[in-house]
Formats: sequence, structure tokens, C-alpha cells
Amino acid sequence: MRLKNILMAVVVLLASGATVSFAQESHIGNLQGRSTAGKALYRRYCIGCHGPQGDGAGENAAWVDPKPRDFTAATFKCRSTPSGTLPTDQDLFDAITRGFVNTSMPAWKPLTNQNRADLVAYIKTFSAKWKDATAGSPIAIPAEPPVHVDSILHGRELFQKMECWKCHGPEGHGNGPAAATLTDSKDNPIRPYNFAIGSRFKCGVTNEDLYRIFMTGLDGTPMPSFSDVLKPADAWDLVHFLRTLQPMQTKEAEVWKTWVETQPAQAKQLKPIGPDQGNLEGSL
Amino acid sequence: MKTQRIVFSVALVALCLTIALTVRGARQGGGIVGGKVTVEGMLAKPKTINMASEPGCAKMYPTPATSEDVVVGAGSALENVVVYISAGAPDESSSPTQPVTVVQKGCRFAPHVVVMQTGQAVQMINEDSTAHNIHPLASNNREWNKAEPPGTAPLSESFARPEFISVKCNIHPWMHAYFAVLKTSHYAVTGDNGAFSLDNLPPGKYTITAWHETLGSQTQEVTITGNETVPVNFVFKK
Repeated sequence: MRLKNILMAVVVLLASGATVSFAQESHIGNLQGRSTAGKALYRRYCIGCHGPQGDGAGENAAWVDPKPRDFTAATFKCRSTPSGTLPTDQDLFDAITRGFVNTSMPAWKPLTNQNRADLVAYIKTFSAKWKDATAGSPIAIPAEPPVHVDSILHGRELFQKMECWKCHGPEGHGNGPAAATLTDSKDNPIRPYNFAIGSRFKCGVTNEDLYRIFMTGLDGTPMPSFSDVLKPADAWDLVHFLRTLQPMQTKEAEVWKTWVETQPAQAKQLKPIGPDQGNLEGSL
Repeated sequence: MKTQRIVFSVALVALCLTIALTVRGARQGGGIVGGKVTVEGMLAKPKTINMASEPGCAKMYPTPATSEDVVVGAGSALENVVVYISAGAPDESSSPTQPVTVVQKGCRFAPHVVVMQTGQAVQMINEDSTAHNIHPLASNNREWNKAEPPGTAPLSESFARPEFISVKCNIHPWMHAYFAVLKTSHYAVTGDNGAFSLDNLPPGKYTITAWHETLGSQTQEVTITGNETVPVNFVFKK
């Protein structure tokens, strides 16, 4: 009887130890997600692409392009946190909710908020990085200043100076001189965003999302973080210019169009974006 | 004939003593592990790099730049090998406050292999008139990716864990460097003569590792008893 009790205690201890070391939680607002609940959901909805080990090698992965995320690396594109840090639970929750435009990852809105919170917790069990480190602190984003043509013009200068056009192209068509050779961190070919197709951005649709994308960078891809080299005011100017590259009716495009129409002489004097012609001829 | 041989022997001993004393004179005691890294086998000619897409960089090279995957000097000396103490090093806890520096110049990273200690800052400078991004594909540490357009202030980062990290600039696919993050300060990177020397080693047993980015790594065990120099050579095979 006593031996049986001791054995029982050992079994309970071992079991609880196992759950303590592998279980994860997530906190999204008031929601608390549990990996134990997320596991069943993962096996039902995610395993086909992301695989039983979470390494992105699911049965469907061979037919999926871009490839499913490998959670064992704990490297994520859409973050509110600086490059090289773990995303917040909210970032992962938003990514599952939003899906990834132009990829096989759909928006998982049919799942309840609780379901998605549980999945976030389970995803965090695939890498020890979640045990060693906490999420980064979201970058500070000051309130957006009003759209003005000066802001757009300065943003245009930055697009030239930061050499965004090297990948995204002089008109933002995703066809810059470096576009063809870009690869992600797993050496798979990857294309820079084409502003002219008017699709949503990978990590959201708002101006704030756009700000966040280039300031934090999309980890695991060639898109670097610009937070070390752009001040917040500059970053907003760049956001305003980038919006004029899209084919939709945006307030930035309106302001820009009006300026070009009312100030044709000044508009004509703008230097085209792209390689410095003097530099091309070899007169550095 | 016999006297000749004796004279020769005496001269040789004197020469050895002079070398040993000169080497030791510069150090504050402790043993030395030193030698040369060479490579054997069929070595392909280094590939030339086409920098046509970046004319500002291309014209910095009178003859086209070549790939740095395997760089061999005279006498089969192997360059860019990190030789370090991988076990037994006496100084694994502290990290220096002085940063190491890597410069992006002529659309290349210089040096090609950058050694730093865990926690030590690496300063990254862009001297080119073109934008670069610095993208260490770390796995033991965190992967990050930062833009460094021309004329911007140097970036500074550090890595907490030991790792050999492949570093890319995605804008210029030929640009490639390695960050060698080590726990110890006892390391050397071979130059074009393949020579290395690890100094100031207190008596003890050490594992010496030689790491090369494409030819792999090798280890040798050495024991230091006093102020002697222990010769260690590494031969990599292609």
C-alpha cells in the first residue's frame, strides 16, 4: 500500500514536471491562452503545413510557397518589437487573426479569440527561445502628423537616400536592381513588396502598421529594420510617401496629385528616383 | 667534417634559443601554442565576383574581387582560420569593453572573419556610398537584420552566446562575412601566412580548435607545463 502511494507520487511528480517545463501560456489583453488546449487545435488546423514538430515541414509544405513558418527558430516577420527580439503574444495573435496576404496562410477569424490565444501559447512550445528570453518591448510610435506635401516630398527623399528602391524599385513596383537575387533566411527566393498591386501589407493595413513594418524589419527576410537610422518624424514622412505609390484613393495620393497638378514646374524638377547617374558613369 | 657538424649544431641551438628568447621576451611568462594552418588537395580557383550592379564598388578593384570562401596564401597557407581554446581556457567569464570593428568597404566586409567575445560589442561601419544591410543569420543567438545607408552612424551590437554566425548583406548577395563569437580571449585568425600564436597560457590541459567557414573544424589537445612553446599545426583537406 505504502509502496503504491510512493509510486503514485513519483508518477504525479514526473507528469507535473513535464508539463511545467513544456507548457506555455499566452496573454492577450484579458485573454489567457494555454498550450495544453492549443495543442489539440494545432493538430486539427495547423499541423498540415507547419508539421508535428512545428518546423514548417508539414505534409503540405512541399506544395506551399512561400513556405510555412518554422516555429523552432522563433523568428517572426510581423512584430511590434525591435529586430532580433521575440514578438509579443499580441503580435502572434494578430498574425493568426490576420493571416498572411498572398500566401497560403488564411485569416483564422472563424476560430474564437480563446482558440487563437491557446494556439499562440502552443506555438511557443516549439522553441527553447521562449524559455530563455521574454518578448521585446514594442517600439514607441508617436502620433501621426498631418499629411502635407512637404512630408511626402521629404519621404520621397528618404526613399532615395535609404535606397528602398534597390529592392522595391524606383516606382515601388518591387523590381529594383537587387530584387532578383533576394533570398530569405532559409535561402528560398523571396520578392520585395510591390506597392503598385494595391494589396494589403504583410503585417496590417494602417499607416501605423506600415511605420512598424520598416522600423522593426521583417525578421527572417531581407527587409531590415530602419529604427537605428530613421527618426520618428522621418519615418512618418516615409509612410506618407509610400502611400502615394499605391493605386488606391489615399489621402496622401490626393495631396500628392493636387500638388503635382498645381505646381507642374516644381514637380518637373524632381530628380528621378534610382541610381545616381554620375555614380553609374563611374565618377564617384 | 666533424667540427663542421659541431659548429652547425651549436649554431642551430643558438638560433633556436634566440628565437625562443625573442618570443618569450615579448610575453609575460606562460606557455604558447603556435604553428601554421595549411590546406591540401585540389583547390578550385576562387570565383570572381560580378559587382556590375554596384559600379561605385566595382571600380574600387583594379582586378575583379574574388570570393573569400577559401583563401590560400604561399606554401598552401590557409587564411581566415579561427584558432582558439575551446576547452580549458582560464578566462571565459569576462568580456572586453573595447569593441571589435567590421567595415563595409567596396561592397565587402573587412575583415571577412570577425572574432568577438560573448558580450563584447561589434561596431559596424559603412564606408561605401551605397546602402548595406547587416543580417547575421544566428541560431544560437537571435537573428536580426539592420539597414545601414551611406553616411549613417556606426551600428553596435553584441551576442550573448558562442556561435559562428554567417552574416549577409541581402542587397549585395556576394557580400559575406562570419562573426565568430567566442567565450575566450585566447584566439587568433590566420593571415596569408597561415600562422597563429596563442600566448600567456598558464600550465594546464587545453583543447585547441581550428575553424574554417567551408572546410570545417579540427581539434588538438595540448598540455602546457611552464613557459614553453608547444608547436601545433593544422592541415585541412579539400
